[in-house]
Amino acid sequence: MRAAAEGKRTIVCEVSSQENASRIFEHTEVGFHEVEMTENLWSISIDPDESMREYVLLQLKVRAMRDMLFRSRIFNYLAAATPGLKELVTIGKIWELAQLDRKVKQGRKYDLVIVDAPATGHGIGFLQTPRTFAAIARVGPIHSQAQQLDRLITDQEHTGVAIVALPEEMPVNESAALEHDLREDVGVAVDRIYMNGLYPERFSNEEAAQLGELTDGEDGGVRAAARAALSEHNRARSQRAQLARLRRRVEAPVRTLPFLFEPELGVEAAGQLAKRLG
Amino acid sequence: MPAVGDILEGKDICICAGSGGVGKTTTSAAIATGMAARGLKVCVLTIDPAKRLADSLGLKELGNEAKQVDPELFATQGVEIKGELWAMMLDAKATFDELVARQAPDEEARDRVLGNRIYQQISSALAGSQEYMAMEKLFELHTEGRFDLLVLDTPPTRNALDFLDAPRRLTQFIEGRSLRVFMRPTGIAAKVAGRGTSIALSVFKRIVGFDLLADLAEFFNAFSGMVDGFQARAKRVNSLLADPHTCFLVVCGPQGEPVDEAVYFHRKLVEAKLPFGGVIVNKVHYPAEQLRGNGEDLVKALADKLGDESLAQRTSENFADYQALAERDAANIKRLATELRTQGVIRVPYLDEDVHDLAGLAEINRYLFASSSEREKIAAGRI
Repeated sequence: MRAAAEGKRTIVCEVSSQENASRIFEHTEVGFHEVEMTENLWSISIDPDESMREYVLLQLKVRAMRDMLFRSRIFNYLAAATPGLKELVTIGKIWELAQLDRKVKQGRKYDLVIVDAPATGHGIGFLQTPRTFAAIARVGPIHSQAQQLDRLITDQEHTGVAIVALPEEMPVNESAALEHDLREDVGVAVDRIYMNGLYPERFSNEEAAQLGELTDGEDGGVRAAARAALSEHNRARSQRAQLARLRRRVEAPVRTLPFLFEPELGVEAAGQLAKRLG
Repeated sequence: MPAVGDILEGKDICICAGSGGVGKTTTSAAIATGMAARGLKVCVLTIDPAKRLADSLGLKELGNEAKQVDPELFATQGVEIKGELWAMMLDAKATFDELVARQAPDEEARDRVLGNRIYQQISSALAGSQEYMAMEKLFELHTEGRFDLLVLDTPPTRNALDFLDAPRRLTQFIEGRSLRVFMRPTGIAAKVAGRGTSIALSVFKRIVGFDLLADLAEFFNAFSGMVDGFQARAKRVNSLLADPHTCFLVVCGPQGEPVDEAVYFHRKLVEAKLPFGGVIVNKVHYPAEQLRGNGEDLVKALADKLGDESLAQRTSENFADYQALAERDAANIKRLATELRTQGVIRVPYLDEDVHDLAGLAEINRYLFASSSEREKIAAGRI
């Protein structure tokens, strides 16, 4: 939303078929189509089977031949049996979206392509797919295409990762390890890390002590409010400790995003967070 | 509201399932601890490489062999382990290699598979192979009979259900019976297979290269002697999952999305005729006794006690925010209970500190194993 507001034609790609983006915008499911959510902001859910169909069509150029191929049992079987082929064509579609000269008919260029990547452990494997694949398929067109995709991922000038962390012990450990692996093993740039869901610091330690004296009182409302305040204070404090720990352990700049006390996060909440991003 | 101890009475296997980020590993560890405290010999298995389980149990590292957790560690947290607690972190690749070694007719066949590049990719990276190996290890441990109870922390896959399908998908893949016939260069089948097939093969070859196709052919040939063994085993794994002594617990968070996923997951379990035991909701904001205090009255009452208008105002605002989350959680949990047609939703409160060590584990443990009324009492004391 931030990029779109700045006038960049932006697309959010989802690779898990969960359609969180269209859900935030209260839009019907978008599927394997580029659909505009708001001005300049588009969304697509990249399905590997659809990517495969599109990819093969681009290779063969003839639709009838492609369709015949996909009716063939053996072709489908081989495609399913080749390790990493699904991830590869998914990344291939992301690459296609990022081209200034789009390969698909009537494709228009995007200024920014945002990928909602799989979670930590799977994410590393996902980004490494092209390189792994180039090693398995040592010759042929897919070998050079896999290399091309790897160059896209490791092009530090144009491609970067933003890690999203939570202010808790395990997520901080995992984010630090993730940054290391992304830099060293994948070779992709890590541009920034967002610490998400940070509680506000509403009370000082002195005030917390004052509130602590009310937690055994007789007035039910006062007691409950004081306990909720102390609980929030403890959380906020332990979150600040985790934030400091994250900053010590990573190289990329760390930005924070506030916890939003709203039952469900929709388009308004996303808008609020967009304003906080610099 | 039942306690976990009652749900697991007489069970051999407890499988904790749910999407990522809902505290599944902690819950699995807490369940295993609680059952070990009751005198059982328990082993908790995880395949999460993020070392969460090792960290939360105070272990430096975990490997493919079960390791006993020092009961002294828990004694310091006021938890007496009357039985034994063991833990292991599954190495999917090593387990797959062991399985191949066991199924291979001879050493040559084994080495051909282990040395094949396609196999090496599949055994470590193919979607579903981790899940399949988790089931495999579970089956192996269960057959050995060393433990009274096995607790499995399922992998945080993108789709929480992948693992239900994994055994079927993987054996189907390895089987590739029709494919092997076609790939024999001089086979009769190649001649009668028809023009469509040969075109499909040649296009596939054009796209991925001859090299990869040759590796695939070699892979299926090397595996050919083991297909029946793999299938028979997968069948036994599946019947173990459906056994009444197995119990699936669904773990989720109180927000809308995790609840949706838990509902979906429960439906899939029922469809697959797998034994559903109950649902555990983590990080719940318990509603306070007074759900919507009159804002102004509360601010006034607080200001009287605190002698500080601004602090009273902020305390009241914070309380309203907290209550909004508590109301959301209560509504989502109600929906969950209705959809699952169960009263058995076990709620674990959102603690002030995040849970990542033995002390946190001991506290979670208290909630999971407390009776309904005890749990309400502990929670009420907090807010």
